[in-house]
Amino acid sequence: MNSTPLTWRETMAWGLLGVVLFLGLWSGLTTSGLVPRQFLPPPQEVASRFIQLLTSPFAGATLPQHLGSSFMRYAYGVLLAAAIGVPLGLLMGWFRLLDDIVTPIFDGLRFIAPIAWVPFAALWFGTGIGGPVMIIFAGAFPPCLINAYRGARFVEPRLIEAARMLGTGHARMILEILLPAAVPSIVAGLRVSAGLGWQSLVGAELIVAAAGVGFMMVQAQGSVQTATVMTGMVAIGIVGMIIDVLLRQGEAWLRRRRGLEA
Amino acid sequence: MGSILFQNVDKVFGPASSGVKALDNINLEIAEKEFVAIVGPSGCGKTTCLRMVAGFEAPSAGVISVSGKRVTEPGPDRAVVFQQFALFPWKTVRENIELGLRNKNLPAGERNTLVESALKLMNLETHADAFPHQLSGGMQQRVAIARAYVLDPDVLLMDEPFGALDAQTRVVMQEELVRLARVNPRTVLFITHAVEEAVYLADRVAIMTRRPGRIKEILDVRSIRQAENWDRFQKIEDVMDLESFVHLRTHIWKSLREEKGSQSI
Repeated sequence: MNSTPLTWRETMAWGLLGVVLFLGLWSGLTTSGLVPRQFLPPPQEVASRFIQLLTSPFAGATLPQHLGSSFMRYAYGVLLAAAIGVPLGLLMGWFRLLDDIVTPIFDGLRFIAPIAWVPFAALWFGTGIGGPVMIIFAGAFPPCLINAYRGARFVEPRLIEAARMLGTGHARMILEILLPAAVPSIVAGLRVSAGLGWQSLVGAELIVAAAGVGFMMVQAQGSVQTATVMTGMVAIGIVGMIIDVLLRQGEAWLRRRRGLEA
Repeated sequence: MGSILFQNVDKVFGPASSGVKALDNINLEIAEKEFVAIVGPSGCGKTTCLRMVAGFEAPSAGVISVSGKRVTEPGPDRAVVFQQFALFPWKTVRENIELGLRNKNLPAGERNTLVESALKLMNLETHADAFPHQLSGGMQQRVAIARAYVLDPDVLLMDEPFGALDAQTRVVMQEELVRLARVNPRTVLFITHAVEEAVYLADRVAIMTRRPGRIKEILDVRSIRQAENWDRFQKIEDVMDLESFVHLRTHIWKSLREEKGSQSI
């Protein structure tokens, strides 16, 4: 890293250059005939397919409709992960026994990729809403739990001592001391969870039989419509970026607010 | 209510066989409403003494009891004022003070009355809804003292409470504590390495040796304070000029210097 700081404009310009070079290389490879179109559709074809799919349906729905139903599943999965992971993490951070019981199982399970759950998710929860939500849940759950746990575990020891000296019981200790102290860590965990949940989407929708971006891509793959498959990939990338940018801003806002408080 | 008793207390950190012995056979009896300061070289284990009374740590041998009951865990009968204040940053001044009362399940009306009087006692009325970071160090420590006092504890445990404050604020707080002790006397165990502070505030001063900490000497300041009528002065600097004060201070200094001597600090 050199030390000259770049202005915002310069950073944008270099980023744009990267995108242009990438598209140029992609376009060059495909239009020159070096790579067959079926192998890799050129960017302009993907772009026009993308625009076309915004309004005309494929596999029963337009691209925004597919994205909408994907997003619903995704929201359920991530919210469920947060609703279980954060409280469980805080409890594990306070009750040593629970920590000792859960940690070994969790440490094993979290290395299983979400997509590995596909067969069982379909078997246990069906291919409607339950199965896909479980796969997204599997992706989003570990960071929720780990960050809440670490946040609770590494609270300033003096604050715990002060609370104990004041006669604070378990429930109040968790809700009024550990939880507020762990907020920055929990929020960072939620952001990672949101990203991993979205990444698990295509895997989740391999087993969906109705709608969704992943479903659309599987259908397109079946009829060798590579431009449509790639349109799905582009859409997933764009939505993922938007989710990340929004959450980053939310996190920065929270940090600023807490910076004023703490 | 409010006596503190150390009986043959040892503290070893680490495994019993190979650990570091921090405290060696501490015996100390603090009477109800008595103010005892412990001074000693850094690392002598004086803070550990306080932490064991608070119930944050257990003695390796011997017994510590408060009001005749053996200490096993922390509790609101033994309120602690920490050097680094340990206020909850996400709670306002009022909420910080109120937490201990909520834990006692007092009704809201009664809590309010007690919080208001604690705010008044420490001159915090105008800062009741501020967050700790909005206050100076001295004000934060006032909140911590109010949070301790409001519990109506049997004993007050103060661990170098003014160590993090600047010299001027420190003097104000010392005078404030003397005022409090007159208005609302408590059993106080006060840890400090500031000799003047100990002599100015305490009824008795216990001097500790360096590690492993033992109680070397206990000085009766109260009898001298009463005989020389220190209380006729409002300001700490006037008391500090008295010959009787200087004499006591020098005595403690020399005693501590002996402890530090072999360490060449």
